[in-house]
Amino acid sequence: MEVMLAVLVGVLVAAAVYLMLAQNVLRFLFGLILISNAANLTIFAAGRVSTGQPPLIPEGADAPIGFVANALPQALVLTAIVIGFGLFAFALVLAFRAYEALGTLNSDEMRVAEPMEDRP
Amino acid sequence: MNSIILLAGTRLLVALLLVFSIFMLLRGHNTPGGGFIGGLIGATGFVVYAIACGTEQARLALRVPPENVAMVGLGIALFAGVMAIFFGDAFFTGQWLFIGATEDDKGLPLSSVLVFDIGVYMVVMGSILTLTFALEEGV
Amino acid sequence: MATHGTDDAGKAPWLTVAGMAPVLLALALFAALLQAIPAVSAGESLRFAWDWVPSLGISLSFLIDGLSLIFGLLITGIGALVFLYSSKYLAGHAHFTRFALFLALFMLSMLGLVLADNLLTLFVFWELTTITSYLLIGFDHATGKARRSALQALLLTGTGGLALLAGFILIGTVAGTFELSEIRAQGNVLQDHALYLPILILVLAGAFTKSAQFPLHFWLPNAMAAPTPVSAYLHSATMVKAGVYLMARMHPNLGGTDVWLWTLTIAGAVTAVFASVMALKQTDLKQALAYTTLMALGTLTLFLAADVGYAITAAMTFLIVHSLYKAALFLVVGIIDHGTGTRDVYKLGGLAKAMPITAIAAGIAALSMAGFPPFLGFIGKELKYAGALAVQSEPFLVAGAVLLANALMLAVAGIVSFSPFWRRKHLADDLNAHEAPWPMLVGPVVLAALGAVFGIFPDLLAYSLVNPGVAAILGDDVKPAELKLWAGVNLPLILSLATFTLGIVIYIYRQSLRDRLAAMGERAISLDRGWDRVLGGLKATAAWQTRVIQSGVLRHYLFITFATLFVAVGGTLLARGGFNVDVSMPDMLLKHWVVILLIFAGAMLTLTTSSRIAAIAGLGAVGIGVALIFIIFGAPDVAITQLLVETLVVVLFGVAALKLPKLDPGGEKTHRPLDALLAIGIGVVVTLVLLMVTDGPLDRRLTTYFETASWPDAFGRNIVNVILVDFRALDTFGEIAVVVIAALGAFALLKGRKTEEEKP
Repeated sequence: MEVMLAVLVGVLVAAAVYLMLAQNVLRFLFGLILISNAANLTIFAAGRVSTGQPPLIPEGADAPIGFVANALPQALVLTAIVIGFGLFAFALVLAFRAYEALGTLNSDEMRVAEPMEDRP
Repeated sequence: MNSIILLAGTRLLVALLLVFSIFMLLRGHNTPGGGFIGGLIGATGFVVYAIACGTEQARLALRVPPENVAMVGLGIALFAGVMAIFFGDAFFTGQWLFIGATEDDKGLPLSSVLVFDIGVYMVVMGSILTLTFALEEGV
Repeated sequence: MATHGTDDAGKAPWLTVAGMAPVLLALALFAALLQAIPAVSAGESLRFAWDWVPSLGISLSFLIDGLSLIFGLLITGIGALVFLYSSKYLAGHAHFTRFALFLALFMLSMLGLVLADNLLTLFVFWELTTITSYLLIGFDHATGKARRSALQALLLTGTGGLALLAGFILIGTVAGTFELSEIRAQGNVLQDHALYLPILILVLAGAFTKSAQFPLHFWLPNAMAAPTPVSAYLHSATMVKAGVYLMARMHPNLGGTDVWLWTLTIAGAVTAVFASVMALKQTDLKQALAYTTLMALGTLTLFLAADVGYAITAAMTFLIVHSLYKAALFLVVGIIDHGTGTRDVYKLGGLAKAMPITAIAAGIAALSMAGFPPFLGFIGKELKYAGALAVQSEPFLVAGAVLLANALMLAVAGIVSFSPFWRRKHLADDLNAHEAPWPMLVGPVVLAALGAVFGIFPDLLAYSLVNPGVAAILGDDVKPAELKLWAGVNLPLILSLATFTLGIVIYIYRQSLRDRLAAMGERAISLDRGWDRVLGGLKATAAWQTRVIQSGVLRHYLFITFATLFVAVGGTLLARGGFNVDVSMPDMLLKHWVVILLIFAGAMLTLTTSSRIAAIAGLGAVGIGVALIFIIFGAPDVAITQLLVETLVVVLFGVAALKLPKLDPGGEKTHRPLDALLAIGIGVVVTLVLLMVTDGPLDRRLTTYFETASWPDAFGRNIVNVILVDFRALDTFGEIAVVVIAALGAFALLKGRKTEEEKP
């Protein structure tokens, strides 16, 4: 199954990169969401996947019984999802404000920080 | 949106979501759930409320500004970590108190870990609501 | 001089905390070091060590032996006098406190440098002297000249410092330790090692830049932009000697080879002769002294090339002689400047009547510099000739260089301290000269007097300092040369007499020589101007590459970033011989296929659509598909989180994005084959890397630990949650802090605008 996940991650990353290279900031945001999904899947797949039990310890036992899914990448991914959401929300607000202030969503035209006049 | 059904349904739904979010928070240590999930569910409840009744109403229902919830949550999480120092342990070592514990039963466990998870809950809920309310009002 | 107002300085209080604290500090350190003399002259060395970074073998260790004691006493002793001097010289200056702080910091860094017994500790102090000297040279920061000189000194000595660090690290790997005393005990390990030449080049690069050896000398005369006490302290007695100290310190471990001998001989001789010719040309007293300092540094380097007792004794003695008279003369120049407002030799004359004490101190120091008996300078010069004749390389070449340099030095001594005071021109009246106040006189008088006392009683110096210093360099079995005024009629004495004659002749004909040198200088290539050109070229290159790489267009930055990722990771994959993993199709259930197709379809929809709603729907499909993957593979917590976050993403997008314009308002490139190619390339690389990762064995130690410790230690049955809130709670705390910051940042962006608009 990891093989298929690897291919899937590749597809997601490719789509994300293409979208992030677009001029429209909204497309960049789409790419951002896709690439964070791909990153989460990568961490998840790197810890190996197995169809089966969640990492829970049953009542009365001291350790999980039988083989359970790898808990470590799950913990990493869980926080990564929330952080990814924070990043996305901030980027969205930034894009929104940029549109309000500059009247465009085309990143090529957002030249306040590095104006063209500076360049000979 | 002025749909009566949505308005009526929302009140019920929000109450349910909030209770459920606290349920998820408290059971999180032993079964799926926890501060992140609980906070997200709680935030969803208020977001739904804001969509149905407007952010003004949602802010009133929340009573405190969401950014304060987030900051207080961060403070609580930090406090849970610092607590360990008073017991002579390293920063963020879990501290446990078992009320009414017997040989077989651990009784009612209280811990700094739960305090920390409550902090996480508040941070997640407060932050998301800060963002959502601000965005909805800003647009 | 713009650094101080002559009139204000006379009235301003000079007895201040900022002025006196460094003096007392220096005196205390000087006294402490004096107490080490009996032990050190008995052949002992004192060592103090504390662990600093034990994992890297860095300890804060200090060693007082003969060599470091000479330097330590010079640094603190001259330091105390210079501090006292500058408390009056710069009294009332707006930034005097800052100046005193820099100067005291410099003294401590320099002291740390010479006392350090660990190469890396030494390096840290070495860099500290570079930085403090940058601050001191640039003290008069309002003038462009001071800024340029400070930067030049910083860049040149800083570059040398980097080379030195590389050299030290090589030494550490070869010797297996960074402790200098342990390295010294190893004998010829470094000389015999294959890395000897790189080590030598790197260490000498550091020493030559710091001690301003030709052709890296030009920063030193420029550094005279500093206030005169700084020049007296840093650029004659202490900092520039750091390179000399380093060469002396590394002499047992790096010296004794042909490369060492010839490199140091040639660099030293060229520097000495070149500098003394240049010194004659100068009309500014301070510049003339600066070049004679270069000459002294060259001579010291020249003697450190050899490993015979005479040469090293000559080096140690001359080191002390030079520090004494040069500091004195710099201070005298400061007094002249202070008292008359000029340092131009053409304008000065007949000052002896107005400033008699200064004149006498200057005269004594100059006689020592010129090498007349019975001053210490004479002994130093005799030893120089004896040492020159004893060196293994070309003794007559060395002796000739020394002779020429000494003769020129004598002439310069006359120019600096004879002609301003005794020349029969009554310029003094116009200049309104006056004698300096006593805090400024103490320094030159004490230093000049010491030159005379040590000259008459050379044994005072020989047994306490010079011999232990020589022993520290050459070992105890080499006999140092004796210090005495009269050694009978021998070749050194004859050479001395030749020096006097030649020097006096040069002094008399100085005017025409100077004119000719000036004419030659017009045509000569100036390294200083070359420096400007190099710096200008550097700036132009930086501007050019900034234009090329940093276009200011987000897409270009991203493209470069992704392309770098592609080339670096893909290149590594190729270089490692591609990949060979098992890509056989695993047993996939129908539900797996459904989920994967859902994600794939969602991604494609987002990629190709120009409708915002469709794109958001596509993203939602991807998010839900990912959540399904989590739930299929036993991660309910993650799946719930993913679902909730996905919902919120869609809500937020719904709120914000729909208020934004449509995706393709026109004027955008719709077909981007190059971007597509890069995107596919990165996708392939990521897939390959992930395949290789999952193909290898998995280290489950951490997972196993969490599984077994979760209930017994942390009382939690949900392992994922236990990891989050207990085992790795600090990480989680950092992460929720980031979430808060993101939220507050967005909040500020949205709410800040309102107050902005509300303001009229």
